[in-house]
Amino acid sequence: MTSEEIILAIKDIIQTIAPDEDLSELKTDVRLRDQIELDSMDFLDIVMELRKRYGVQVPEEDYKELATLDGCVAYLTPHMQGKTLKVGV
Amino acid sequence: MTNERYDAVVIGAGMSGLAAGIRLAQFDKRVVVLDRHSLWGGLNSFYKRGGRRFDTGLHALTNWVPATEKSTPLPKLLRQLRIPREELQLAEQSHSIVKVGAVSLEFGNGIGRLEASVAHAFPREIDGFRRLVSAIQAHDPFSDVVDASSARVRLGEWLRDPLLIECLIVPVAFYGSAREDEVEWDLFVVLFRSMFLEGLARPMGGIKTLLDALKKRFLDCGGILRMRSGVSRIVRDAHGAACGVQLDDGELLACERVLSSAGRVETQRLCDVPPQPAEVGQLSFCETTSVLSQPTRSLGHTATMVFFSTSEHFAYRRPAGLIDTTSGVVCASDNYAHHEFGEAGIVRVTCLANHAVWSGLDDEAYAAAKTQVAQEMLAAAGRVALDPRPWTSAFDMFTPKTIHRYTGHVNGAVYGSPVKARDGSIGVDKLHLIGTDQGTLGIIGSLLSGVTAANRHILMANQR
Ligand SMILES: Cc1cc2nc3c(=O)[nH]c(=O)nc-3n(C[C@H](O)[C@H](O)[C@H](O)COP(=O)(O)OP(=O)(O)OC[C@H]3O[C@@H](n4cnc5c(N)ncnc54)[C@H](O)[C@@H]3O)c2cc1C
Repeated sequence: MTSEEIILAIKDIIQTIAPDEDLSELKTDVRLRDQIELDSMDFLDIVMELRKRYGVQVPEEDYKELATLDGCVAYLTPHMQGKTLKVGV
Repeated sequence: MTNERYDAVVIGAGMSGLAAGIRLAQFDKRVVVLDRHSLWGGLNSFYKRGGRRFDTGLHALTNWVPATEKSTPLPKLLRQLRIPREELQLAEQSHSIVKVGAVSLEFGNGIGRLEASVAHAFPREIDGFRRLVSAIQAHDPFSDVVDASSARVRLGEWLRDPLLIECLIVPVAFYGSAREDEVEWDLFVVLFRSMFLEGLARPMGGIKTLLDALKKRFLDCGGILRMRSGVSRIVRDAHGAACGVQLDDGELLACERVLSSAGRVETQRLCDVPPQPAEVGQLSFCETTSVLSQPTRSLGHTATMVFFSTSEHFAYRRPAGLIDTTSGVVCASDNYAHHEFGEAGIVRVTCLANHAVWSGLDDEAYAAAKTQVAQEMLAAAGRVALDPRPWTSAFDMFTPKTIHRYTGHVNGAVYGSPVKARDGSIGVDKLHLIGTDQGTLGIIGSLLSGVTAANRHILMANQR
């Protein structure tokens, strides 16, 4: 998956969890929780969805790597290799 | 045991059980929710009588906030369950009243109306009251640190007039204290926020709207719901850890974990662990429902809830006799922003009752007692709010015995054991309490308890 696709994958997951948030203006280098209302329970859901959709396991100590969209790309790129983007599931 | 092994068996299809089930099913866990009763919902359910649907429980959904607010318990909860808020069709209360002795206070959604009412009735206390509100706003209700000190004592840090303190204790105790004559500070803070800082609302269509949304979501996620499936025993492995359940008909279900909303002592019994007497809850209620031939507000009663104590020394304890009508709650279910009842009104009266006295009566005496007590309760409602009798077109009533019969709670104890298990543990590995006896009360509290337990004990544990 490309960096753009990973960002799309994450945004789609966030939209599933928080359908009322506007994600069109999200900056990739700013912490997600500073831009939209996301708490630790929501981060658990992002991780659970990554696992459900892409079979990617993120251990609890690595949650912090997912704080920004850029962080997501850096952390997930090796794990998402060869996987196909699933949106709107 | 059958070949099928569940990731989790959830005992009870009440609020907490359904919420836990949704969280687990949502992430593809194999989960079954079991209930002995034929209807789901537990303490908050519904039934039909004479072609009319009656709600049990649900006077008000607490924690109402405007739809733009995202960071409080209600929106967080709905997000976790992925139930759109619009599905609940929430209608706000009109306003509510607390009456203690000769004093009365009003509150609406948001703190403004209560603050104005305190300023009016207790002018010398208003500065202290404002500081109290700030302190409660600053308190973290989700912290794991338990502060079980007495709310009456703690309130003395801000308020001098014992009557004002009592006015704040009465509604909070009725909305969820499992301890006689006491409200713990933590619980007070959580309930104060959910009732006064946030507010009260009612789903259009009553509790069934919420229950339908929960059940649909659970089934859509692939969860299995089995009614008329009582658990008679929790099966334990050689190390004492829970590994399955046995149903009333003998069927065995194997699982990795058990989540139980049956209550602390009830769950201990399922594990053959003898409960301590201090762990057994004592607080139960009688409730009447009167259907009126015209809207309650047309009779001059516009409040949604009235919490009352005719004595300035509110006795929140199991009465010696059948009922204590010196305190209670009067709820007009039609005094919400929607007018779904059309030309009818619905008034419910709730008072403290003694399970042992009710269950000691034979059938004939029980029926007679119900008739007698109903009259006393309705007369009491008339003294503080509205006596619905002259306009009543349909009537029903439940007692502590009814609560015990339909939910299995020992003593019909609505708020469960006075000893709460915040971490959900009763000392049996792989078994976790959820709902009432995990310590979070009411509809929203129980739902949150189910969500949190599923997250903590199963979803996060699997990530490690
Ligand atoms: C009259 C009344 C009015 C209320 N009003 C309000 C209100 O206005 N607002 C509010 O927020 N809260 C209200 N509540 C409180 C609210 O109903 C409860 O806090 C909440 O429903 C508790 O949910 P729970 O999941 O913890 O437990 P329960 O609802 O008790 O669910 C437990 C379930 O487990 C099942 N069960 C028990 N043992 C077994 C077994 N061995 N095998 C299988 N199944 C079993 C029971 O049948 C039950 O369905 C009210 C309660 C009552 C009684």
